[in-house]
Amino acid sequence: MSAPAPSMYTPAAKAMAEKLSLKMGRANLDEFAATLMELAKANPNIVAVTSDSRGSGKLGPFGQALPKQLVEVGIAEQNLVGITAGLAACGKKSFGVSPSCFLTARSLEQIKNDICYSDVPATLIGISSGVSYGALGTTHHSLHDLAVLRAIHNLIVIVPADNFETREAIRFAAQSPKPVFVRFGKAPMYDLHEPGTRFTPDQAIQIGNGNDFAFLATGETVVHAVLAAGQLESQGLKGRVLSVPTIKPLDTAAILKAGHECRALITVEEHSVHGGLGEACAAVLMQAGIRVPFRIIGMPDEDTITGAQADIFRHYGISMEGLSQSMATLLAAK
Amino acid sequence: MLSDRELALKSVQLRRQTLLAISHAGAGHTGGGLSCLDILNVLYNRILNVSPATAQSPDRDRYVQSKGHAVEALYTVLADRGFFPAADLDTICHYQSHYVGHPTRHIPGIEMNTGALGHGLPICTGMAIAAKLDAKPYRVFTLLGDGELAEGSNWEAAMAAAHYHLDNLTAIIDHNTLQISGRTRDVCSNEPLDEKFRAFGWAVKVINGHDFAALTDALSHPAEPGKPTCVIANTVKGKGVSFMEDVAKWHHGVPSETELQQALAELAAAEAKLKEVA
Repeated sequence: MSAPAPSMYTPAAKAMAEKLSLKMGRANLDEFAATLMELAKANPNIVAVTSDSRGSGKLGPFGQALPKQLVEVGIAEQNLVGITAGLAACGKKSFGVSPSCFLTARSLEQIKNDICYSDVPATLIGISSGVSYGALGTTHHSLHDLAVLRAIHNLIVIVPADNFETREAIRFAAQSPKPVFVRFGKAPMYDLHEPGTRFTPDQAIQIGNGNDFAFLATGETVVHAVLAAGQLESQGLKGRVLSVPTIKPLDTAAILKAGHECRALITVEEHSVHGGLGEACAAVLMQAGIRVPFRIIGMPDEDTITGAQADIFRHYGISMEGLSQSMATLLAAK
Repeated sequence: MLSDRELALKSVQLRRQTLLAISHAGAGHTGGGLSCLDILNVLYNRILNVSPATAQSPDRDRYVQSKGHAVEALYTVLADRGFFPAADLDTICHYQSHYVGHPTRHIPGIEMNTGALGHGLPICTGMAIAAKLDAKPYRVFTLLGDGELAEGSNWEAAMAAAHYHLDNLTAIIDHNTLQISGRTRDVCSNEPLDEKFRAFGWAVKVINGHDFAALTDALSHPAEPGKPTCVIANTVKGKGVSFMEDVAKWHHGVPSETELQQALAELAAAEAKLKEVA
């Protein structure tokens, strides 16, 4: 009998989610698959390309409903990206879908040259990104993808936090004349945003408006920052969370505003501490001459601990408890 | 359509311009440019339904030069077909020039940016799938070097192209048997190429890559319904200049002024001979 999957949320975190009226949605992966199906039914020009990844990409129903709009290339990620580029160059709206770990490492040269340098309107979807594959280990983790893709010109990089951000990112990508990369995981996500929230690809979404602290978080870590902000508020500290779905181009205005207004900043990401959101924010703040207590939380430069995604998050302090503790420590050290 | 003799004359002139362009640039890929020049000449003057006026037509044939390093030969042929002024060839690789040392889409007539090897065949596989999905009649061509076939991505695409029955796709191998370090068979042999492509489900034609009639015959139509076509064009690296022929160091050798003059004299003699025959 296999051990039950550890929960991503402690009872206290679940209670905080309830207090904040957060409702549990579905996995961003499921939201992606449903959104792409809806768009593809309306636009026969949309083509999904998979590398034996239609199951992991939840595109089985897509393939059954729209068989002519799914191209399977087998376990061949370089070919997946080349074919996705060729389809886009000939007028198709192509979505290359593959685990982010393989897509952004093995096929990096194809992403750089065939998609970005050739400037074709293709979208790449990195599924099960970050440490979504948990105990499967480093071969299956993508803790490098944001770093390498940030350094490649002509790519919009989006890491949605919840179902709303995922849906909007996919809709944006489907009409973007420029290359887009979107990565997300497969765990169910809380809905974080109020109805009526607007998604603009180069803008962060602010949650809360206190000035004691700011969490600048991206992707599936944002929920933990939101819960931590709730916990800190119950301790009398009122801050804000910036959900930063678009790593490139970065919403520098929102980062600078937080740097000017808040007493301490912590960035949070499901990525190496090298080269991701944290260092991008640090560069923005430093070059603007803003000195503020600042910390980057992500995966340290070491062999990642073995465990489920929830274990790994908790181990590296990406949890309500871990993040609120880190913020309290940073504020106290000021 | 140009006669074989007219094509032969044009090839001599294009070889001259290619050498002059490389000399102006002070850099370039001489041997592989000269080896594929007759192939490009036939493609652009007899096969591809492309022209400056229809460069954006969705129904145009697509040509992607996977061996992007032979860019001077490609630029020369495109200038000859009127895609841009021939004077632009003098700016290749110069500061702030659009004419980079590998193909880019900034240049009229170029479909995709290439230069890293092993990219053309996957891209063209996607293009050929797009044509099938849209029930369009256009054909897709790519040109690969034989040394380039060591890149594994080619074989990923070779499998997919056969799986999808892409008879609208033609891969031309510029089989000059040399790469930068020496004989391809000595560096890391990929022979027998014809059997490899056949085993991957392709229809294969092996021809003399400097024979205009053979090239025209092999490229005019898919070799077999339901199968992608591989044309193994046996060529001579550095073709047309005696001291460059079949010598690996001319892969990216740039002729000195003396060598350039000797090469131009040989080409002038060849041109005179062709005119004499007429």
